[in-house]
Amino acid sequence: MSDDRALVAHQFETAAQQRSAATLGMWVFLATEVLFFGGMLMAYTVYRVMDAGAFALASHAQNILLGGINTAVLLTSSLTMALAVQASAAGRRRRSVLMLLLTMALGAAFLAIKAVEYGQKFAEHLVPGVDFRFAGPGAGAAQIYFILYFLLTGFHALHLTIGIGVLAVLTARAARGRYTQAYHTPVEVTGLYWHFVDIVWIFLYPLIYLIQVYR
Amino acid sequence: MSPHSITTHEHYLNAGYGPRSWFLTTDHKRIAILYMISITFFFFVGGFFAFLMRLELLTPNGDLVSAETYNKLFSMHGITMVWFFLIPSIPSVLGNFLVPMMVGARDVAFPRLNLLSWYIYVIGGLFTLGAMIFGGVDTGWTFYTPFSSTYAHSNVIPVVIGIFILGFSSILTALNFIVTIHTMRAPGLSWFRLPLFIWSMYATSIILVLATPVLAITLAMLGVERIFGVGIFDPALGGDPLLFQHLFWFYSHPAVYIMILPAMGVVSELITCFARKKVFGYRFMAFSLLAIASVGFLVWGHHMFVSGQSAYAGMVFSALSFIVAIPSAVKVFNWAATLYKGSIAYHTPVLYGFGFIGLFTIGGLTGLFLASLAIDVHVHDTYFVIAHFHYIMVGGAVMGYLGGIHYWWPKMTGRMYPEGWAKFAALVLFVGFNLTFFPQFILGYLGMPRRYHVYPPEFQVLNVLSTAGATILGIGYLIPFVYLIWSLRHGKNAGRNPWRATGLEWLTPSPPPVHNFDEIPVVTSEPYIYAGEEELRE
Repeated sequence: MSDDRALVAHQFETAAQQRSAATLGMWVFLATEVLFFGGMLMAYTVYRVMDAGAFALASHAQNILLGGINTAVLLTSSLTMALAVQASAAGRRRRSVLMLLLTMALGAAFLAIKAVEYGQKFAEHLVPGVDFRFAGPGAGAAQIYFILYFLLTGFHALHLTIGIGVLAVLTARAARGRYTQAYHTPVEVTGLYWHFVDIVWIFLYPLIYLIQVYR
Repeated sequence: MSPHSITTHEHYLNAGYGPRSWFLTTDHKRIAILYMISITFFFFVGGFFAFLMRLELLTPNGDLVSAETYNKLFSMHGITMVWFFLIPSIPSVLGNFLVPMMVGARDVAFPRLNLLSWYIYVIGGLFTLGAMIFGGVDTGWTFYTPFSSTYAHSNVIPVVIGIFILGFSSILTALNFIVTIHTMRAPGLSWFRLPLFIWSMYATSIILVLATPVLAITLAMLGVERIFGVGIFDPALGGDPLLFQHLFWFYSHPAVYIMILPAMGVVSELITCFARKKVFGYRFMAFSLLAIASVGFLVWGHHMFVSGQSAYAGMVFSALSFIVAIPSAVKVFNWAATLYKGSIAYHTPVLYGFGFIGLFTIGGLTGLFLASLAIDVHVHDTYFVIAHFHYIMVGGAVMGYLGGIHYWWPKMTGRMYPEGWAKFAALVLFVGFNLTFFPQFILGYLGMPRRYHVYPPEFQVLNVLSTAGATILGIGYLIPFVYLIWSLRHGKNAGRNPWRATGLEWLTPSPPPVHNFDEIPVVTSEPYIYAGEEELRE
């Protein structure tokens, strides 16, 4: 029991209270995040309704294959993240470290593919404010499409990068055996964050890449 | 209670004296003090800008400052007061100090995040302050595009970055409160046994968590437009300026409730304590806070009646704005009913409470004028609007803050403030406030527009009255500043509970020990049980 007490911060009475506080804290933070992305999605909605044709045309510049692969990569990373949480909860140290490393690797793979896509945008002169050339009647709306593309995917990538950083800390701690059946809240809470970042992409992918695919 | 209790027992103030013990503290009470010092500084900075504006408006001509400087003055006054004083005021000072104590906890749920929120506040504040010193900003606190994104030649970007940073401090404080209130209540302290101040902090935190990120992303998009010269909001570049206004007010209207709900919570505590009566209609008081918080998210369009938004949208926003008046009125009536047949002790805190009720009622009812489409067209962007929201923000929020500071000062410092001076200051503030802002209702109704440094000569008398009032108001703020500092050394020892108030925070010695409670208290009854005293009177 004394071990348990050592893991409970002074402001809490019990480990269960500490755990529910940490979990609720993350959910509240995610509510904030929803509204953060919500502001950009609001702008996206307004401008897409104003000029749906231009948005559809602009979305042709996207590489659906790379975006699709990235979707698969990120979904798989959510699976490994869930397995990492499960392994930590079961007190299986090696498996939990392995799953955390896999999650980080998949997250990094996503960022690498995203970087390739960004590179293509530069090559195709589709970066508003830096180098933007778009032929056609809807150039203004297309420019807004690409601004929102970079804002949305940029902030998403930033969240993913922060997630990978947090996972690196967790992995080091998990390797030292910090997480046990009795105490693994940090892994669980980071899992919530990771799944959230994943879900954001599930919304971004159709909004950005698949505008005209199912017409 | 020994008269020397303040120096003999161990408490959060004498637990350590070095700078490290303050700047690396995770004690919610010390963080509250850090916040109090910081926001007081920004209050006087913002007040200084206001004083220069009122000085300029003494005469119809632009004698003191140029039009451009005047634009900067009102912008920086608004930015400083809204983001660096009013939004953090009651939550970050009184809330930080009291939320853990009132729920019977040893600290907030995340003490290190709490300290981080103060550092974020300071960084955001220094950023903005630096931008103000090195040139200032002239967009108004509303940063309307495309002026802010394309045409303004002032330090828009640094100021916007400062406010963006600041937002995270609001979010962390609110997150801490929500989690603390949900998970750390003492045994027996069910939701309907919570003090109304806790309900107000809860409602405020929900707004902070849901609205602040929208401001952050809006300002980020404004920054992108200004830095890269690409159109998001600028119609000349293909953007939509109304979208900016919608997103901005989606935060900034609820922000008004971020300022007033905490003050309502404070006033509920003051009125019950000094009327020696249980609050009238406790559940209605709690639910009306939540109702204001939630309906408050749906009224932002009433800032945009003349912007060219759809007339039908205007009608809906007008109706919804009227609906917010209902829970607000419930609160005013319930305060009055609480006072009715109470045994009222006229101490300074409750004087601020009375001031709040009266001034908030005026501010709220003139809000209904502005929520009416046709009247708004007439008084939009006039001094009527200025007077209206100052009755809410200064007459309401600042009065509530000062009332709360006086009420809990004995708990925070272990010392009493000087009652005579305090009553005098409360009176000076009340007179000064009304003399400053009541003439502005008339000026606005007669058609004097806001945000100009010159005006037609026929408005001079009312403007001189307003400036005279502002001077009195300024003196009124300096008096408590002086005597509260004086009381730290020379005030009478307060003892555990000078007001004989209910509430868990009064169970601890004053000032409270570092961990608040030696034993976590067990709560067995509703709040505000002054019933024993009522029987005693009969």
